[in-house]
Amino acid sequence: MSTTAEHHRTAPQPEALATTVVTSWKAPIAFAVFTLAELALAVFAPREGVTKFRLSSPTDAVQLPEVTVPTMPALWTVVVLLAAVTAYSIWLVATKHRVPLWTIVVFAILFMFGFLTWAAAGASLPMIGLLFGSLSLAVPLIFGSLAGVLGERVGVINIAIEGQLLAGAFTAAVVASITGQPWFGLIAAMVAGMLVAFVLAAFAIKYFVDQVIVGVVLNVLVTGLTSFFFSQVLAPNAALLNTPPRFDRWPIPVLGDIPIIGPVFFRQTVVVYLMYIAVAAVYIGLFHTKWGLRLRAVGEHPQAADTVGINVNRTRFWNVALAGAIAGLGGTFFTIGSGIAFNKEMTAGAGFIALAAVIFGQWDPIKATLAALLFGFASNLQNTLSVIGSPVPSEFMLMLPYVVTIFAVAGLVGKVRGPAAAGKPYIKS
Amino acid sequence: MSDPQEPRGDAPAGKDLDPDIALEQPGSVATDADAARSAAAPPADEVEPPSRWHTMLRQISTGNALISVLSVLLALLVGAVMIAFTDERVQAASGYFFARPGDTFVAIWQSVSGAYSALFQGSVYNFRRDTFAAGIRPLTETLTFATPLIAGGLGVGLAFRVGMFNIGGRGQMLIAASVAGWIGFGLDLPMGLHMLVALVGGLLGGALWAGIAGLLKARTGAHEVIVTIMLNYIAFYLVSWMLRTPGLLQAPGSSNPKTPAMKETAIFPQLLGPQYNLHFGFILVIAATVLVWWILSRSSLGFKFRAVGENPNAARVAGINVSSMYVYAMLIAGALLGLAGVSQVLGTVTTGFTAGIDAGIGFDAITVALLGRSTPWGIFVAGILFGAFKAGGFSMQAAEGVPIEIVLVVQSLIVLFIAAPPLVRTIFRLPDPKAGPKRPRPIVTKEVDAK
Repeated sequence: MSTTAEHHRTAPQPEALATTVVTSWKAPIAFAVFTLAELALAVFAPREGVTKFRLSSPTDAVQLPEVTVPTMPALWTVVVLLAAVTAYSIWLVATKHRVPLWTIVVFAILFMFGFLTWAAAGASLPMIGLLFGSLSLAVPLIFGSLAGVLGERVGVINIAIEGQLLAGAFTAAVVASITGQPWFGLIAAMVAGMLVAFVLAAFAIKYFVDQVIVGVVLNVLVTGLTSFFFSQVLAPNAALLNTPPRFDRWPIPVLGDIPIIGPVFFRQTVVVYLMYIAVAAVYIGLFHTKWGLRLRAVGEHPQAADTVGINVNRTRFWNVALAGAIAGLGGTFFTIGSGIAFNKEMTAGAGFIALAAVIFGQWDPIKATLAALLFGFASNLQNTLSVIGSPVPSEFMLMLPYVVTIFAVAGLVGKVRGPAAAGKPYIKS
Repeated sequence: MSDPQEPRGDAPAGKDLDPDIALEQPGSVATDADAARSAAAPPADEVEPPSRWHTMLRQISTGNALISVLSVLLALLVGAVMIAFTDERVQAASGYFFARPGDTFVAIWQSVSGAYSALFQGSVYNFRRDTFAAGIRPLTETLTFATPLIAGGLGVGLAFRVGMFNIGGRGQMLIAASVAGWIGFGLDLPMGLHMLVALVGGLLGGALWAGIAGLLKARTGAHEVIVTIMLNYIAFYLVSWMLRTPGLLQAPGSSNPKTPAMKETAIFPQLLGPQYNLHFGFILVIAATVLVWWILSRSSLGFKFRAVGENPNAARVAGINVSSMYVYAMLIAGALLGLAGVSQVLGTVTTGFTAGIDAGIGFDAITVALLGRSTPWGIFVAGILFGAFKAGGFSMQAAEGVPIEIVLVVQSLIVLFIAAPPLVRTIFRLPDPKAGPKRPRPIVTKEVDAK
């Protein structure tokens, strides 16, 4: 009964309320720029021959045949398709519709396919190696961006991701070398990341120091500490303190045999599996549990959260510490994850890229992970192309991910809105 | 060290006063003249002021200057602990600590005092030299190191004041250095004019590179933190490519990624003669400090900058064009970081440069700006302090074998402690200033990520 009554009341409303769709010309403009770039490749730098995509490695159980495409026809097809997607997006915006996410994904995949076909003309591109390496390189970025997402969602800007990664890498190397056991290194790295986070939390929450200041300074502090101890203690005793064992690869029995997906995702080290778990846990935790609701409430409106009885500063403190542990875990990739000895400043700005992934991913764990994967893919693409020989100077290939990010941030993401109370200390009055 | 804190210390006091006056006015039925008088004259029923001596003592013990000095001391103390713990003589002596504890303390004293006296002699005055002219050389080295740090710190600090976080110092320096360097070795111009053209070219390069970030933020809302980080990498790879491409920046006939030496006509003149490295860049940096001070405190542009930095929404309501403020601020910030880059290639490293010409100054500049609390003269003092650490750090590494990274630790600890006066007060059991604001106000960058 009541439903029909409600139906009667709500029925006339759709006519009364005109829905406004906010559209923007950014996406079509960005699409047009990328389409023109690819067109320029086809017109000004045509390449002869065929491009081969190797879809399986020789050791796989299921062997897929090599895909061979003729370079120039494929590139021209891609350009036409890109133009079509661009035209579609222009039509969408002109008729006051939003450009849906799937067009962006389709566009990106088409663009990458066209570019790879062009860049690897006359050679054979190992797709498995390319994707596998991308995922590996993205691991510290993903852990770092998860830490950033957690921190900012609870209201503490974490610029110290770089420092936490570095502290994790350092401690993991030292502890794993001494004990000979990478697992202890893993735990030690989490503790180290958490210790850095404790300092961040103590200064930001207890002493109300500006969070950006603490973050920047902590990066310098950890860089100084690890480099100092590296030069003074690790380098003279490298055999004892800086020869970390590495995690072996654990192929997962059934999943690892799936063509393409298996070798890329399920023949990795335990650090990567932990990364899958962490991404899922942070996503579910943030949006589907009481903990996540409280966390987000504290980050958005601490006064309101306090009013309903949430201890704002305690919530912030422990979640920032948790984020630090996650970032420290990401730091293990650099040493025990890859079996490389610790070196000065070996994270090389990964923490800042992770920070960019956080903002690029709009403070959402899944989107941030995707952004981090994009960075990983771009840096590994350069490695792969330099091996098979690419016509582009390697510096421009290295530059590409950063250029694409700027275009993407300016064109597709635009003005982003972070958690409302991020960066503001909560002073209870 | 008291300079950077002074303006900040005054500001909250002034703010505290305003609400009182505002409260009095609506309550009273008096005329405007009365209100003005009550605002001007202090209330009659004020408590007898404490004695002057007491006030002064209290001001010293709660003041920012003391906190700064104690912060430096604390940071040096932590550094001393690190030096002592990792010193091999100390480790050897502590092996038989319970047999002869004196040895351990002697070893600790020797390692720490040796390191810090080397730091001092490398940065201020070297007592081992015979003449004053040779002894004072470390101080000029300090000023030389401070030159790009101050310029960069001003660039980062100015952006902070407009509520923007400019992490792009590295890219802006690299682009500026490349432009100035290319003009410096590639063109033939008369003395003086050549230097001027190279300088202006470098400043423009840095300004335009930073302006990209400002323009994108103003036009599309792209976050300046992302864009400046990305521009760092782009600039680095761009400059690396130009350095290994003959005809662009690479020295002719060489296969190293390095430029040829700058021409004599483009090099900054030495200020104190050929035996010192201090160059004309230092004068430029002093001028830049004055200019930034004038812009921020005396010009209407600076007023708009600060208004946008405090609250962009309120500034927009007040009729300030927030977008163009972002662009202008980034242009000026980029030019300042450009000055840092130019002073590197035309002043400090004139024999040709590589892609490492920025020497981490773009990031150090952030710390300098934070230590100077984003005020021009604060940054000036902080830059000189960090320059001293840098100059002394090298001589400490050479003389005592203490890795120069200890300087990073000490610098970052100083900034941390200065930013948290309650912590320092707790450690030294100083009285809490009751008269002043209860807690330190969060400093300038609070709006950075909240938009």
